Amino acid sequence: MTDAAELRSAVREFLAAHDPGGDRLEFLRARFDAGLAWVNYPVGLGGRDAPRELQTVVDAEFAAAGAPDNAPSRNGIGLGMAAPTILRFGTDEQRARYLRPLWTGEEIWCQLFSEPGAGSDLAALATRAVRDGDDWIVEGQKVWTSFAHKAKWAILVARSDPDAPKHKGLSYFVCDMTDPNVEVRPLRQITGEAEFNEVFLNGVRIPDSQRLGEIGQGWQVAMGTLMNERVAIGGGNTGRESGMIGVVARKWRDDPEVRTPGAHDRLLRLWVEAEATRLTGQRLRQQLAVGTPGPEGSAVKLAFSRLNQEISGFELELLGEQGLSYGDWTQRRPETVDFTGRDPGYRYLRAKGNSIEGGTSEVLRNVIAERVLGLPPEIRTDKDVPWKELPR
Amino acid sequence: MSTDLLYTEVEEDLRAAVRRVLRDRCEVSSVLARCESDEPYDLALWRTLAGELGVAALAVPEELGGGGAGVRELAVVAEELGRSVAPVPFLGTVLATAALTAAGAAEPIAEIGAGTLVTTLAVGLATRPSARIEPAVRVDGATLTGTATAVVDLEVADRVLVPATGPDGTGLYLVDTAVTGVSRTPVTPLDLTRRFGTLELTGAQARLVAADAEPVLRRALLTAAGVLAAEQVGLAQHSLDSTVEYVRTRYQFGRQIGSFQAVKHRLADLWSGVSTARATSRNAADSLSDADAEAELAVALAQAYCSDLAVLAVEESLQLHGGIGMTWEHPIHLYLGRAKSAQLTFGTAEHHRARIAELVDLPSA
Ligand SMILES: Cc1cc2nc3c(=O)[nH]c(=O)nc-3n(C[C@H](O)[C@H](O)[C@H](O)COP(=O)(O)OP(=O)(O)OC[C@H]3O[C@@H](n4cnc5c(N)ncnc54)[C@H](O)[C@@H]3O)c2cc1C
Repeated sequence: MTDAAELRSAVREFLAAHDPGGDRLEFLRARFDAGLAWVNYPVGLGGRDAPRELQTVVDAEFAAAGAPDNAPSRNGIGLGMAAPTILRFGTDEQRARYLRPLWTGEEIWCQLFSEPGAGSDLAALATRAVRDGDDWIVEGQKVWTSFAHKAKWAILVARSDPDAPKHKGLSYFVCDMTDPNVEVRPLRQITGEAEFNEVFLNGVRIPDSQRLGEIGQGWQVAMGTLMNERVAIGGGNTGRESGMIGVVARKWRDDPEVRTPGAHDRLLRLWVEAEATRLTGQRLRQQLAVGTPGPEGSAVKLAFSRLNQEISGFELELLGEQGLSYGDWTQRRPETVDFTGRDPGYRYLRAKGNSIEGGTSEVLRNVIAERVLGLPPEIRTDKDVPWKELPR
Repeated sequence: MSTDLLYTEVEEDLRAAVRRVLRDRCEVSSVLARCESDEPYDLALWRTLAGELGVAALAVPEELGGGGAGVRELAVVAEELGRSVAPVPFLGTVLATAALTAAGAAEPIAEIGAGTLVTTLAVGLATRPSARIEPAVRVDGATLTGTATAVVDLEVADRVLVPATGPDGTGLYLVDTAVTGVSRTPVTPLDLTRRFGTLELTGAQARLVAADAEPVLRRALLTAAGVLAAEQVGLAQHSLDSTVEYVRTRYQFGRQIGSFQAVKHRLADLWSGVSTARATSRNAADSLSDADAEAELAVALAQAYCSDLAVLAVEESLQLHGGIGMTWEHPIHLYLGRAKSAQLTFGTAEHHRARIAELVDLPSA
């Protein structure tokens, strides 16, 4: 089994052979090939079957050497959701084809799950996939698709059998976003920018070799993806006062003008919650290192959303007159998801999405109540009914 | 490397052993009966826990005659004791052993470890770990005179460690409660399972344990506050577990009440709160075990989070049990008394937030 010392010397050996100041992509590709991309992945796929928590050792060594990173915030869906899904459900060919350019950031991924009629109730989705020889022909509309405008590939769930009950008739595909039959239209959001999109699939032809998992197994594959999504949104491996709490704590220290007794109490309560939530995330990652993502990720995501919203609202109140203004309302097409960047008004508005994206807080509470606490499931009227007979 | 927030195998074994003893000997119904009897504490149980499982001097280093484990292990024991609101002189023992350890005083520890002599510390239960301690006890040669209030586990204590001030400053003294000049007055407690009282000394014989009490008391209070956070987690976990169990078995409107989303969501939130509390409590225990510079912040954080969460957990439990929760026979009130009292013990969440403000430089207006 690989340990931290072995990894450190592997990184040093690598750095001796590859100039971190040289060509960025070449460096990243070599890092992948050396098994130093994501250490818990298999040998030959960017990793070395090492415990997941050792990734921090590798990242720290590369950062210390001033090596380029793979800009993880540009490809959150790829790294956080597509990759683990491909690893778990993909064929050898699919893994070999997709994982390297995904990791290096040469190919950005997006997620074609939600539809106008299917958000929380994702299994109700209507986008059709009809078999045609070695291909599938996909017809339908997706919505809220973050970064579809940057993506080369999408993970896609579509209905392959409308006669089956809704969870049983789905299949999971990799969709080429550059296909001319894929139409991406910017969908402007409350921040003014167009981070997400509407996506129209106008008879897109997807080869069967781009199916992930069995026909009809799309729901199980999607569930695996969503577990990973919650962990990804819940927080990376961060230090004290990272995220929004750091932003307001700095403001508080730097600017005595904003301080009032009531605000002091609120700040401290938020500080405690933020630090406690950070430690919960850290504990979760330590658990993950010895197992697989479970519903616990939902708890961290739930707490993170609430806090990010409270703190960003609190920040505006601290700012007084300055809080009345907004940085820039121009519609833009962002490169990355940015919860703490830009200006306070933006942060406040963007935070509102945190309790909706990746599963709403209400749905996450159901997940915790049912899967962790074992409470009775919601009463269902749609069980065992063919999807095409369901009210919509 | 970041703090280890999980439980080790050794800790899980210890937990299992403590839980087994408590399951057999500390049923909540028997705790309730005991609370109303003349002997509210179960000292026979305590001797088993201390003598056979070694929980009393667990975190004392071996060279001082202790178990040589750490605060992490002690915290696991606290979780289990919190789950069953065990009426044993645990908190006083934690305070006393931490003080004696900090003072490097080996001799009195042996009997504590065996569970034969109960020892406590005469610092008011509501004292904050960062408070300046100005004892109302004076030392005159080898005798002590004065009063100490809110001394935990006092009625069953064989010995008390007493901070007392004299011409040479404040020292820590060991007093045998059987000697003349010692009187003890119990206070009727809100928490029926954890007792305290007023200690009055009039020329009581005492033995010096530490010439400078200040760092010793600070360490003792810090350790006990960290361990208390673990007890609060255990208590909250019990409240959650028993409530989940109840809402699954109680039917109203032809359904389990646990199938209503309004109920499910509250319990989901509570579960998240308990998970969060556990992370802060593990962080404090780990930090105290390593005696690192962050320990004070880690303890303040854990107390600021866990003490309120434990109260919330019992209050939610009571509400979701409906009328049965308001009865004397149902044990929820034991947990409520314990949680609410623990919230005031070693300072409230607000006190701890104020300490955090000092430690991380977030000054008030
Ligand atoms: C910023 C952002 C980015 C996104 N990016 C993507 C993306 O890249 N790809 C993608 O596929 N999707 C994306 N989404 C979509 C997101 O996953 C959905 O918005 C989400 O699942 C909720 O679905 P909905 O919007 O249809 O709301 P609905 O499901 O209609 O919910 C409306 C309200 O009803 C509540 N509700 C619904 N069902 C229940 C229930 N059973 N019990 C209690 N309350 C319930 C919800 O909690 C919510 O408050 C994104 C969303 C946002 C905000």
